[in-house]
Amino acid sequence: MSRASVSSACAAVLRRDLTLAWRRRGDIAMPVLYALIVATLFPFALGPEESLLQRIAGGVVLVTVLLAMLLALDAMFRSDIEDGSLEQLVLAPQPLALMLAMKILAHWLTTALPLIVIAPLLAGMLHLPVAVMGVLLLALLLATPMLSLLGAVLVALTAGTRRSGMLLALMLLPLCVPVVIFAAGAVAAAQQGLPWVAPIAWLGAALAMALVLAPLACATALRIALDA
Amino acid sequence: MTSVHAIPLLQARGLSFLRADEPVFGPLDFALHAGELALVEGDNGSGKTTLLRLLAGLLHVGEGELHWRGQPWNRDACAGEVLFLGHQLGLKMDMSPRENLRIAAGLHGARAGRSAASVLAEVGLAGYEDEPVRRLSAGQKKRAALARLLLLPAVLWLLDEPYANLDRAGIALVNRVLEGHVAEGGAALVTSHGAVGFHGEGGAPKRIRMHG
Repeated sequence: MSRASVSSACAAVLRRDLTLAWRRRGDIAMPVLYALIVATLFPFALGPEESLLQRIAGGVVLVTVLLAMLLALDAMFRSDIEDGSLEQLVLAPQPLALMLAMKILAHWLTTALPLIVIAPLLAGMLHLPVAVMGVLLLALLLATPMLSLLGAVLVALTAGTRRSGMLLALMLLPLCVPVVIFAAGAVAAAQQGLPWVAPIAWLGAALAMALVLAPLACATALRIALDA
Repeated sequence: MTSVHAIPLLQARGLSFLRADEPVFGPLDFALHAGELALVEGDNGSGKTTLLRLLAGLLHVGEGELHWRGQPWNRDACAGEVLFLGHQLGLKMDMSPRENLRIAAGLHGARAGRSAASVLAEVGLAGYEDEPVRRLSAGQKKRAALARLLLLPAVLWLLDEPYANLDRAGIALVNRVLEGHVAEGGAALVTSHGAVGFHGEGGAPKRIRMHG
């Protein structure tokens, strides 16, 4: 008999979720299309005036990406709960928090990363200066994992309830406020030629904390959700 | 050969589960030794599934005591020694039986000398290894889930209605798999409301009756 090592278990979970996402790649395109459409609505609603769009570009892209991620968040554990895979994962002789961290990583790779890839396109449509693009991408790279981690905890908490999508949005959006403030703050500062490192550093610090705590909270929440 | 140790693998004393302070079943008293099979009997709604989920560690003990190898039950002590097969089979529909087994083996490890291909052949799924589980029949899905039991190392099997959806050959397969597990010194708790025809080396299985 050979027991599975933690690293092989992590690899198995990650590979499974990425394979499943690839086999349903139409689902990956949905949030991307949603973000694209929402971002194009702003010039229609506010008029094509370049200076106005330039001023709101950073904020619009950030909020659009957050909302697009929210669309896909609901599905993070749903199929696993429905087919019993989650029970099997909970019963596996592996640290549950780490396994869930792998699931969150896979979720981030399949939903947030495509959004970050098209973010320069969205920002370009809104006339964001090219020089600021780097800061926007950096802010997104730190803000989106935060959202995946916070979202995972809330998804786990609402795992037992049906139709949790709206409830999830209502719980998650207030938690996003600081993330949006710091991320948009960094982009605005860069746009005005001010130092932007401080808000980025705050985001980084918050992400480091979330990386450690969120999977543990997620594991506890899921055990409670299954125990009902 | 069956190896019956003095200390039972699993022992319950006055075990019950409470839902909203109402007992779902129990109090139950039973002991299960290595090399023993137990059949959990009861009507629909008598708490058979709840008992199995509780023993797997998915639910909390309401009242009473549960001991694992003589020690009070805790999750870490029996990690990796218990396999649970419930109504939801834990198979990914978009993946093939082989891929599903590979994931399970990645999480649990595998028994020496067994591979995904060999256990799939054993449960009669040779030729269906790479077919998405979605396209298999209900009985074949069940067989794919049974293959997991054969591949993963575990002492105690908790099987909830393993005979459901299976044809006559499938029922014989479950009995054969259970007898093999017991012969290797494993133990199993099986729920069923139908007649069950397995015979361990010690003859008829132990019976645990749920109070309706």
